[in-house]
Order: sequence, then structure tokens, then C-alpha cells
Amino acid sequence: MSNILEVNNLKKYYATQKAVDDISFKLERGSIFGLLGPNGAGKTTLIRMLTGIFFPDNGEIIFNGKKFNPINDVTSIGYMPEERGLYKKMKIGEQAMYLAQLKGLTYRDALEKTKSWFVKFEMQSWWNKKVEDLSKGMGQKLQFVTTVLHEPKLIILDEPFSGLDPVNSNLIKEEIYRLSQNGCSIIFSTHRMEQVEEICDHIILMNKGKKILDGTVKQVKQQFKENLFNVGLEKIPETLTSHLFEAIGKTDHSLIVKINQGYNTNEVLQYFIQQNNNITSFNEMLPSLNDIFIKLVEGTPLSRQFEKITV
Amino acid sequence: MNKIWLIIKREYITRVRNRTFLISTFLLPIVIILLIFGSVFIAVSSKSKIKVAVANDTGFLKNNIKSDSSSLTFHFVSHVDSLTYAAQGYDAVLYIPSGNSNRYLIYSKKQLGLETESRITNRLNKAVENNLLLQKGIHKETLDSITAQTKEAVELNNRVLDESGKTKEAKNETSFIIAYSSGILIYITMIVFGAMVMRGVMEEKTNRIAEVIISSVKPFQLMIGKIIGIAGVGLTQFLLWIILVFALTSIVGVFIPPDLLQRANEVNSQIPGAGQNTSVSNGLAGLSHMFGDVNWVYILGCFLFYFLGGYLFYSALFAAVGSVVEDAQESQSLMFPVMMPIIFAFIILSSGLRNINSPLMFWGSMIPFTSPVIMMGRIPFGVPWWQLGLSMLLLILGFFFTTWMAGKIYRTGILLYGKKASWKEMLKWAFKKS
Repeated sequence: MSNILEVNNLKKYYATQKAVDDISFKLERGSIFGLLGPNGAGKTTLIRMLTGIFFPDNGEIIFNGKKFNPINDVTSIGYMPEERGLYKKMKIGEQAMYLAQLKGLTYRDALEKTKSWFVKFEMQSWWNKKVEDLSKGMGQKLQFVTTVLHEPKLIILDEPFSGLDPVNSNLIKEEIYRLSQNGCSIIFSTHRMEQVEEICDHIILMNKGKKILDGTVKQVKQQFKENLFNVGLEKIPETLTSHLFEAIGKTDHSLIVKINQGYNTNEVLQYFIQQNNNITSFNEMLPSLNDIFIKLVEGTPLSRQFEKITV
Repeated sequence: MNKIWLIIKREYITRVRNRTFLISTFLLPIVIILLIFGSVFIAVSSKSKIKVAVANDTGFLKNNIKSDSSSLTFHFVSHVDSLTYAAQGYDAVLYIPSGNSNRYLIYSKKQLGLETESRITNRLNKAVENNLLLQKGIHKETLDSITAQTKEAVELNNRVLDESGKTKEAKNETSFIIAYSSGILIYITMIVFGAMVMRGVMEEKTNRIAEVIISSVKPFQLMIGKIIGIAGVGLTQFLLWIILVFALTSIVGVFIPPDLLQRANEVNSQIPGAGQNTSVSNGLAGLSHMFGDVNWVYILGCFLFYFLGGYLFYSALFAAVGSVVEDAQESQSLMFPVMMPIIFAFIILSSGLRNINSPLMFWGSMIPFTSPVIMMGRIPFGVPWWQLGLSMLLLILGFFFTTWMAGKIYRTGILLYGKKASWKEMLKWAFKKS
């Protein structure tokens, strides 16, 4: 039993939209999972079903080996929604305690954990301040602490780094790594592809309520590679004609080539060697997630159109 | 259950610790007490003494008019006229008409004012009446004794026969006071607390914390927790007000000089129609007679039931409104349909108390939208047990219904941002299958 979460054929239709339309995926224990998609793809609806806020119209969620039971299982989930907020007039220490207790911790446990997290994030002096006295970044840190305080098995973070400076961003990134090493699984929803590439093991891409991509970051990149290579050469030849590849771009000291189907890299290298052109470097150019994202989503309307749903 | 308790605790503690709560709880009774005593004080001290000089009395007025002991006196002086009265220390000068005319003339520097004028007229009328009676051969002693007797010539006593044939004295005046004040109290508290619940529900939305909370507790738990927590705050405030008002009145009472009280009573007795004999002891005796055999346990019990029932019934509706708006301004138009039945109930009560057994009052006291206010108005006059039971049952059912409906609106509304829902949409949410 290595999956913390299994989602099978999940559906949620609104009156005018298929927000989530037959989504299935598996989430390994301890992995960091990227949930990607353009605005309005249905990510938030999917997450709300996973956190027990919405009931799915169809399909099932298996959490920790058993059918998902919103009432009991929410205590094992930590959720930081994109729509952030805390009680502004409430003292910070009390607020963290309150949210932890709502997640099922006893008063004593809540106090102990809150204190240790406050020490870790150097927030001890904030205890009696009110949220309205905090800066946006400080509030974000507090929000993160309240999300993970009760040691959930599954943490769902929606755009966790927005509004954070690089130092605090790193602090939270470190924390995410550490939590995942301790066996905590993390779903990470974002538009920031460079962060996904850096952090996530596994991604799915949603568009218009459907899953259009599923795999590890490596697999996905392999799947979408276009046999592009960057060849560093001492001198760039004026004209190039070969049945092996097409040159699709050049700089002062390198050439970008697309290897034609049926040929391999060694043949290309041999070609340059025969030309007596010194090769200084040879790298495969894998597409960035950003490119893949744009390629897959491009062409679909920027915002979803309303439609009539007949079930 | 544990989570609801946590929510109740938070709602209660954050509100009770709030500065506005402390200020309104402790300041309001002080302000009310100061207003009451201040106005009494002003009324007493501004009561000027008026001395009227009578210019051309032939003896008829002197024999028949009674000078008021303190504030209105008639003086019969020989040499006074409209030019010299002020110099002699009088406030006004009165000319008695000659012959058959009934036109009395009074000169004064300042306008006398309606009240003083009517008091002088009363006094003159009485004097003329007495004079006529004496002229027709009635002795002075007979006249005085008749005057004394007619003060309390009639006392109308309404006795009510109940089913078992026992009679009971109807206390229309007492019942009216209790009915009206408990009706007003329920009316005010439902509106004030309802608005408090609405603002409380908006708190999650304006702070954008709704989604975080809803991922830990069910929306229904949150709503019920808030409603109960705020009810607790309201009850606490009520209790503190009652204690404070009692404490302050007794403290202030000690410091009031006795002669001021005496004069306050005089002021009271001079107001026409305010009862002729309201000396302190008589007043107290009257009060204890009025309220003595009221069944307080029964009335308080019913009050508490209808107070809580009405509060719960309406606060669910106010919560539903609060869940679909983001700030107080937006809520105005949506709140109106909720407030209307409460206001309507109060209007029915104020007009219906004169005719307590009308069908309008009966139906008003059955329908849960108006029953808390109107039934409280009927209870002091006596309500058959089956009607009371039915009304209470309907209110409880109504509360379950509004809470169930509000819960469904709340579920959808609380996660909705940037858009104010209409009543039509809210009703659609309320009745759609989950």
C-alpha cells in the first residue's frame, strides 16, 4: 500500500460547466505532486472534493487505503487555499491554537506544536500580536504553519509561494522537502512552472476539467522532447545541408539541431567530426514544463465558455 | 460536537473580550440612568412658580378658588394693574369680566404656555362651578364632601370567568404593560441579535478564511456554532444590563435629596389624568396591587422560550443572508425581506393589543414568523393551553426548517466570492438536492 491517495473517475458538474470531468490519478506516499492547469481548469473544484468541501457527483476517492470519509479524514489533511485568510482581529497564538484544535488536536498537543513551530519559524514574539499587524509575507508564513501544524498525512498547497520574498520562499521550500521526507505527501497547485520543475516528482496537467497529462517530470519531458540538441562548435559553418538533421537556430558558437527521425546522436557527431569541425559541447535540449504547458493548452480559449450540461 | 463547542467558545470569547462589547455593556446602563434621572431633575427644577395677581376681584373668586400650594398661586391685591404687576413681584395679572361675559383676561410678560394656561382655566372653571352651586343653596360643607367623594367615585372591575367557573380579576392595565414591554423587548432583540449574527457570519468571508475553516468543519457546524456563541454573548449582555441597572438605580436613589423626590411627586400629580393621589406610599401600594398576583414564573418561562425560539428562527435566516454578501453595505437589500415580518409583527401587536382576541392576533401568534412577538403580547391576557402548545410547536418546527434551509444556502454562499447572490438564487440553493 504505497498510495496515500487514489482518485478514480471523479466528476463534478455545475449547472453550466463540467468543472471536473472524469479525473483519475494516484499519489504516492511521500511524493510531491504538481497539479497544473490554466485558470478555470477545475483545479480548485478538484481540491475541494479532496478536502471534503464538495461532494463528487461521481467517482471515488480512496484515502490512505480506505474510502474517503470527509468527517474523519479531514484531520489528516492540511489545506492552504489560494484564497488566503485568517481572523484579522484574533491574536496569532490563539488563532494557530484554534485552527489546530479544529483539526482534532487536544489543547495540550496544540499548544506544544504551535510553540515548536513558532520557534522554528522565529515567530515567538508574534504570539500576542493580531493578524492585522502582520505584513503580507508574515501572514503567509503563519498560514503555512497553521496548515501543517496538525501533522497531516496529505498537505494541499495552492500557490504557496505567492507574496513571499526569496528568503521566506526558501524556508518554506525546505520545509516542504523535509515534510515529504518524513512521509508526508504534498499536492502542489501552481502556475509557476519553474517551481514545479524544481520541487515536484509527479505532475498532472488539467485543462477544461480533463486530465491531459500524467507522469513524472522526467517522463513528461521525455514524452515531449523534439530531438533538439545544442552543438557547440569552434566555427559555425556557413551552409549546412544534411539528411541527418535540420539546423533550426544558431548563435556565435553553437548550433541548435533537430535530428531527423531514424538517426541518432552518434551519427550527427560523426558528421561534424568528418567536417573537421571541433565540437566543444553537445547537449540534449529538453523542453521546459512551461513550453509543454503552453503547447498543450494553447489553442483552447483563455477562459472557459459556459455550456449547457446534460447528464 | 467537540468542534461546535470550540466554535461557540471562540465566538463567545472574542466578542466578550472586544472593547465595543465592554463599552456598550457598561456605558449604556449608565447613560440610560443618567437620562432618566437627568430628565426628572430638569422637569423638577425647571418647574417655575407662577404668581397671579387678581386685579378686580369682588370676593367671588377669593372665596371659591384654591391656590395651588407650590407652583400656581392667586393673590388678591387691591392696587394692581397691567402696568404695575411686574414691579410688585407677580408673573401675571388677571381681570375678571364684568356682567355675563366669560372672557377672562390675563396679562403677562412671557407667554404662559399651554400647561399653565390650562391649569388656570381649570381652576377658574372649578371656581365658577362652585360659585354657582353655592348660589343654588348648597352648603359649603356639602360641596367639600362631594368634591372629596367624586375623586374616586367609580372603579371599574373586570372579572374573568374561566372554564371551571372560578372568577379572576382581569388586570387589563397590568397585562397591557407586560404584553407591550415583552413584545418590544423581543422585537428589539431579534433585530439587534439578528444583525449581530449576520455580521458574525460575514466575518469568515471578509477575512477570507471560510475555505480554511470549511476544510476542517462542516459548514453547518460553523453556522450553528456561531449562532449559539452569539446568543451567549447577547444573554450575557442582557444579564449584565439588568444587574447594572438595578445596582445603579439603587445607588443613585440614595444620593437623591428627599425634597427633590417630594417635588417630583408633585410634578407627577399635577399632570392631568396622571391619577389624583400618587403620593409615594399610594403609588407603591398601587404597584404591588397591580403586579402582585401576576404569574411571573409562567410569563418569564414563556418569554425565555419565545426569546430563544424567535432568535434561533431568525438568526438562521440572517446567517443565510450573511453568507452570501461580503460587506455590510451589500447586505441591506437582502436583509429587508427578513426584517419585514419582524416589523410587521410589531405593528400587529401595537394595534392588536386593544382587541386582543381578534383573528389577526390569533393567526399572528401561530405563524412562527410573527409568533414570538405577538404571542408574548397575548400571554399576559391568558391564552388557552392548546393555542400556546401549538404556537410553540410551530415555532420549533419553523426553527428546524429555517436552519435546514439556511444551512444549505450557507454551504454554497460561504465559498462564493465577488458576486452577491439574489434571493432567487438563494432559494434555488436551499431546495436543490445535495
